[in-house]
Amino acid sequence: MFVLIVGCGRVGSAIAHSMLAEGHEVSVLDEDPEAIALLDRGHASGWEERGGRFTVGTALEIDALLAAGVEQADAFVASTDGDNTNLVIAQIAKRRFDVERVVVRVLDPHRARWYAEQGLQTVCPTQTAIELLEAAVRGQIRFEGVSG
Amino acid sequence: MYVLIVGAGKVGWNLARELIAKGHEVTVIESDPTRYAVVEEELEHSVQYGDGSELWVLERAGVERAELVIAVTGDDEDNILISQVAREKYGVERVVARCNNPRNLEHFELLGVKPAISATDLILRLIEHEVPKYGLVHLLDLPEERLEIIELEVAEGSGAAGRTVRDLQLPDGSLVISILREGGGFVPTGDSLVQAGDEVLLVLDVGIEERVTERFTNTVAPSA
Repeated sequence: MFVLIVGCGRVGSAIAHSMLAEGHEVSVLDEDPEAIALLDRGHASGWEERGGRFTVGTALEIDALLAAGVEQADAFVASTDGDNTNLVIAQIAKRRFDVERVVVRVLDPHRARWYAEQGLQTVCPTQTAIELLEAAVRGQIRFEGVSG
Repeated sequence: MYVLIVGAGKVGWNLARELIAKGHEVTVIESDPTRYAVVEEELEHSVQYGDGSELWVLERAGVERAELVIAVTGDDEDNILISQVAREKYGVERVVARCNNPRNLEHFELLGVKPAISATDLILRLIEHEVPKYGLVHLLDLPEERLEIIELEVAEGSGAAGRTVRDLQLPDGSLVISILREGGGFVPTGDSLVQAGDEVLLVLDVGIEERVTERFTNTVAPSA
C-alpha cells in the first residue's frame, strides 16, 4: 500500500522505516528539510535511493499534501509535534481525500479520546505511558530495559 | 451574553474590551505567560491563563454556558480545533473563528467551522455594530454569497472627501454600508457627506475592489 506520513520526527521516521522495510510505498512530508536526516540515519544508502519519498512542506498546505501524494494514499499517519495540526490534517485526509486508513498521534488524552469518539483513529502515547507506568507501579508488569 | 474568547492578541484583547464595555460577560484565554500578564493588568479576572485547545482549560472557563465562542489565536489549526470542540462537544451555538492564512479557509469550511474571518479589523467593527441587534448572521453568509466587505480610509485630499455618497458614483455591485467617524459610526444614505479621515465600510461583489478603491484614493475628483 501507499503510506503517507506527515511529520518526520522520532515517531514518523520510525514508522516510515518499518513500512518501507515491509515493502510498502512510503512518502514522508515535513516542514523541515533537515528532517530527512532521520530517514537516512543508520543506512548506507539514502532514503530516496532506497525508494522512499520525501517532500518539504507545511502539513496544512493542500499543495504540500498533494505533492506528497495524498490522493494516492491508502494510509495516512499524522505525526507532527502538534496535536491540533494532527487532528486537523487527519480530518482533511479523511473527508477531503477519502484516505481509507487514517491514524493520528495525539499527546493529550482528552482530545485523543473525544476525537476517537467522533470516529478518528487516534493513538495517544501519553495514555499508553500512563497505563504501563501504573501497571508497573502496582507490580502487575515487570520489564527489563525499555518497554511500551 | 457570555462570550468566551480564545487568544488575547490584538484582536482578542480589543474584542474583549469592546464587548465588556457593551455589558457582556467575557472571558479571554491566553497561553503566553508574558502576554497574559500584560492583558491581566487591564482585564483582571476576565482573562485566564492556559492553552485554549486543552479541553479542561475551556471547561474551566465555562465553555458549556458560553453563547458565543471566538477563536482568534495566531494558529489556524488551533482556531479550527477550538471551534470544532466548542460547537460539537460543548454545544456552543455561535462560534466565530479567525483564519490567519486565507489559504486555510477551505479547511475551516471542510470541518464545518463557520464563519471563519480573515480580516481582523472587520470582525471587531462588525461585531461592534451587529452583535447587539442581529447576532453575527450578516457576517456568516458573506463568503458563500461571493461578496466582500472592505474598509477604506478617506485620505486628506482624496476625490471622495467632501462628496455625498451618491456623488461618489460607485460602480454597480458596491454599497457603502457604514461610515465610521470619531469613534462612532452610522449607516449612510445617498445624501450623507463623506469626510477626510472617515473609515468607510463597503460591501462589494468579488472582483471590483480596484475600481471601488480608486474612487477613494485618486486625488482627481470623479467626473460629475
